[in-house]
Amino acid sequence: MELLDGNLELKEIQNLQGHTDRVWSIAWNPATAAADVPAVFASCSGDKTVRIWEASPSTRSWDCKAVLEETHTRTVRSCAWSPSGKLLATASFDATTAIWENVGGDFECVSTLEGHENEVKSVSWNASGSLLATCGRDRTVWIWEVMPGNEFECIEVLQGHTQDVKMVQWHPTMDILFSCSYDNTVKVWWSEDAEGDWSCVQTLGESSKNHLCTLSGYHDRTIFSVHWSREGIIASGAADDAIRLFVESKDGLMNGPSYQLLLKKEKAHDMDVNSVQWFPGEKRLLASGSDDGAIKIWELETLPG
Amino acid sequence: MTLGLINANPVVHAKKERVARSEDPHGDDAVDPLEIYDYVRDIRDPEHPYSLEQLSVLSEESITVDEKLGRILITFTPTIQHCSMATVIGLCLRVKLMACFPPHFKVDIKVAPGSHADEESVNKQLNDKERVAAALENPNLRQLVDECLYSNEL
Repeated sequence: MELLDGNLELKEIQNLQGHTDRVWSIAWNPATAAADVPAVFASCSGDKTVRIWEASPSTRSWDCKAVLEETHTRTVRSCAWSPSGKLLATASFDATTAIWENVGGDFECVSTLEGHENEVKSVSWNASGSLLATCGRDRTVWIWEVMPGNEFECIEVLQGHTQDVKMVQWHPTMDILFSCSYDNTVKVWWSEDAEGDWSCVQTLGESSKNHLCTLSGYHDRTIFSVHWSREGIIASGAADDAIRLFVESKDGLMNGPSYQLLLKKEKAHDMDVNSVQWFPGEKRLLASGSDDGAIKIWELETLPG
Repeated sequence: MTLGLINANPVVHAKKERVARSEDPHGDDAVDPLEIYDYVRDIRDPEHPYSLEQLSVLSEESITVDEKLGRILITFTPTIQHCSMATVIGLCLRVKLMACFPPHFKVDIKVAPGSHADEESVNKQLNDKERVAAALENPNLRQLVDECLYSNEL
């Protein structure tokens, strides 16, 4: 892989201020991945707001285009764009998930999903944008169906985790849902058909047979975020204030993949890194959000010579 | 809401004599365990009108600090094995230290080994940043924490 041959550097392009509390999550709008469209991402924070950032074509830097406020009454923990980029879902400790639509430049809250008993911690859209999943401290995972007119109907409340559910994520192409929990397991949820009930088809724990590889000994505190780029570079952000990048090793000695450190950026932020997200387009850009309230945009560059 | 106290008869110890220290925490660069102890020793127990020091929940030995890395570890001993106030005490310690030290300091809080029946799960919760953040947004809990931190001030 050519990445391993080059001399690479993660260069800081921009340091975005604005949030007045920690930045928990960042999400790039997938519809803005194309080269001729200004790149857009959303960030959400302990300051109860969501900010929308857009790249300016002339300056090639990001400005805050909108602040989505006065909706959530507590920390906004997670945000996710629908695959079409038309809707943004935001999950909050106030036990609700808000759905926002860009109406002529202004973001309006078009729906509020209620039902969780307490903090909602994560939200994820399936590949086709027909389903939304949320999860929270009430130990449940909810699946919502997207109906016409921005209506959302809860079609399933999944019980099974014995503690706080921290994150949900759909498979990139299939309608299979993954959830991970404070109970130290990852659960795999699936429904036989459109009418069918969803159920947990597998629980992944410490000694599961599908386990391929563990990368350890790099970060020395909690890893909060991990994200795979289009080219297969894994970025991780942790409470040691660092960002690390990993790639698959050429070493074919093992059965199955093994990974190695590509580069590390220590003191990427002044405090914990909570979120790292690769830009979905061609440019090798990485956005990171931190407890220090800042968002940084990085570019993975090859050093000359 | 009337609840029986978790531990109705705690053992209370005399306050240890303390050495006079300079008031300015950021004046000199050195951060030693004793300085940190001074910040937390007088925090009031959530259930009893005594400080954590008086109840032997904390002692000087409770604290280790790595100044170069900016890391603080506090270990406290709940008065009884099934203390449900352990998470509240942990919150009080964290809030106090967040206020006294620069934001880049990392604070880890644990119960002393063997001092709590659910040691592993209590330690996990005490250091779960997301749970701590959510707890501090709860006004009732926040108020209780504030009362524990500021009850000694007039």
